[in-house]
Amino acid sequence: MEKIKAGTWVEIEKIILQPEQRASTLPEDTKKVPYVLKVNGFLLEDAELGAIVSIRTLIGRELEGTLKTVNPSYQHDFGKVVPELLSIGLEEDA
Amino acid sequence: MKKRDLSYDAVMGRKNEIMKASLGIDYEDYIQSPIAFDYERMMAETGYTHEDVIRIQHETKVGNTPLFELHNLTRAVRGISPPGKGARILLKDEAANASGSFKARRASISAYEAAEKGFAGMISATSGNYGAAVASQAAQRGLKAIILQEVFDSRGVGQPEIIEKGRACEAYGAEVLKLTVGPELFYLLLRTLEETGFFNASLYTPFGIRGVESLGLEIAYQVRTDYGKEPDAVVITHAGGGNLTGTARGLLAAGCESSRIVACSVDLSGLHMASDTDFNRKSFTTGHTGFGVPFATWPDRVDVPRNAARSLRYMDEYQLVTQGEVFYATELLTKLEGLERGPAGNTSLAAAMTLSRQMDQDQIIVVQETEYTGAGKHQNSQLSFARENGIEVRRGDPAENVPGESIVIPERLEQVRGKGQDMDSLRLSYLKNAVRHYPMEKWSPSDIEFVAADINKGESWVRQQMAEMQSTAEADH
Repeated sequence: MEKIKAGTWVEIEKIILQPEQRASTLPEDTKKVPYVLKVNGFLLEDAELGAIVSIRTLIGRELEGTLKTVNPSYQHDFGKVVPELLSIGLEEDA
Repeated sequence: MKKRDLSYDAVMGRKNEIMKASLGIDYEDYIQSPIAFDYERMMAETGYTHEDVIRIQHETKVGNTPLFELHNLTRAVRGISPPGKGARILLKDEAANASGSFKARRASISAYEAAEKGFAGMISATSGNYGAAVASQAAQRGLKAIILQEVFDSRGVGQPEIIEKGRACEAYGAEVLKLTVGPELFYLLLRTLEETGFFNASLYTPFGIRGVESLGLEIAYQVRTDYGKEPDAVVITHAGGGNLTGTARGLLAAGCESSRIVACSVDLSGLHMASDTDFNRKSFTTGHTGFGVPFATWPDRVDVPRNAARSLRYMDEYQLVTQGEVFYATELLTKLEGLERGPAGNTSLAAAMTLSRQMDQDQIIVVQETEYTGAGKHQNSQLSFARENGIEVRRGDPAENVPGESIVIPERLEQVRGKGQDMDSLRLSYLKNAVRHYPMEKWSPSDIEFVAADINKGESWVRQQMAEMQSTAEADH
């Protein structure tokens, strides 16, 4: 597998609490799944996807976790057009 | 050095010491009993006067936001109102603050305090606009910032609105800890405070609330200057209670004693706030009843020993609106008033459209905030996402709206109605919560006095309700 170069902007993942370690008051669906953290930072040493790695975050903290994504990007957008919205405000007698 | 126990119970058990170190406030000094504390003294002893707050906020691009009259929307509302009705609707454009929301007011004093006390950084657990506000204020004060966010469900699917807020935090240079659904956010907050020694920029400290008081002061000043009178009603989107508490305190400090304080939340009743599967069935991530009702009826459920946001003290009325009504109000603001703003901030606008119809034309109703908009934080993003998650989206009567199943967008202005909540039943819920925390038999006269002030009701009413609860409990025995 290809090595990701140190210094690359990446996302790591870490399980903070396994289902049995979680708070006791959770609803059933949440109780079944682990409590998971994801965080972005610069990779400290060359590594492959899926390896346990360390990163340096934007404020300089070093955190450890499983290497998940290279160059994590924001893909959120305005979504597919919702035609129901388009005529609002054109109908009102202003 | 002995390694700290990082298990859930161990960290939660160290809550008080972690809080004390990360805030510099000794809450013990104010606490009088398990339910009562010296609220006004705690607020006064922040050490910041209103003049200080305004000066500090001006340094970091906060405050003095415009107050606009919504002429076209007011005219549209008058067109469907009884003769003589249809109060003037004014809008406080809080999107003009650095980071794009009123939350900058809340973060600004904490950032100043953290820098003054020599902390290297500040931390907050929030999925709201507050994260970007903390990050932006920290950047300006030369502090590091860590934001903990509940972003995605166990499938890794994130709420578009929260993803955008996370992006903004990162844009301002913060470290963003992105988490799955669960109240353990608080556990990780404590762990991170302990690890870093950073300042706890909780939403619920006296600094946070003091920072919002300037919003109430500005509204009072601007309405008096422009209209020569006081606002008749101020509508405030309500979740954790800080927006309402701070604004109302500011209005009172400015002498606006007759202004009606109206809380407003999006009705999401029936959806569980800690549920992994309900998480992405909500199209509002804040300003909704999932926070608004529990925080009003028991404020001390927060990340500090005593909450400085105590909404029932100041609330005269509590309106609920549906998600569809808020999206409709957002579209009207855009198309009739030429202002594109984020939907969550327009919750109070939807309620104001209803209330204006019941008020006289010479009266003034103020919608006290807006927030920025953009990819993710937009009615089209949120409705498109709702559809992808199996929620039915259609035009119709918003009364048919079912949270988590359907979003019904009004077809006409007349269908925007909102729904008032019974204030006394909210007060009674508070009272029951208080009794759950501290058995009634142990209450002293000063506990009763505190509770009466905290729910804005006479002591005799409190005593009467206590007697009724007592006799019900005996009958059940």
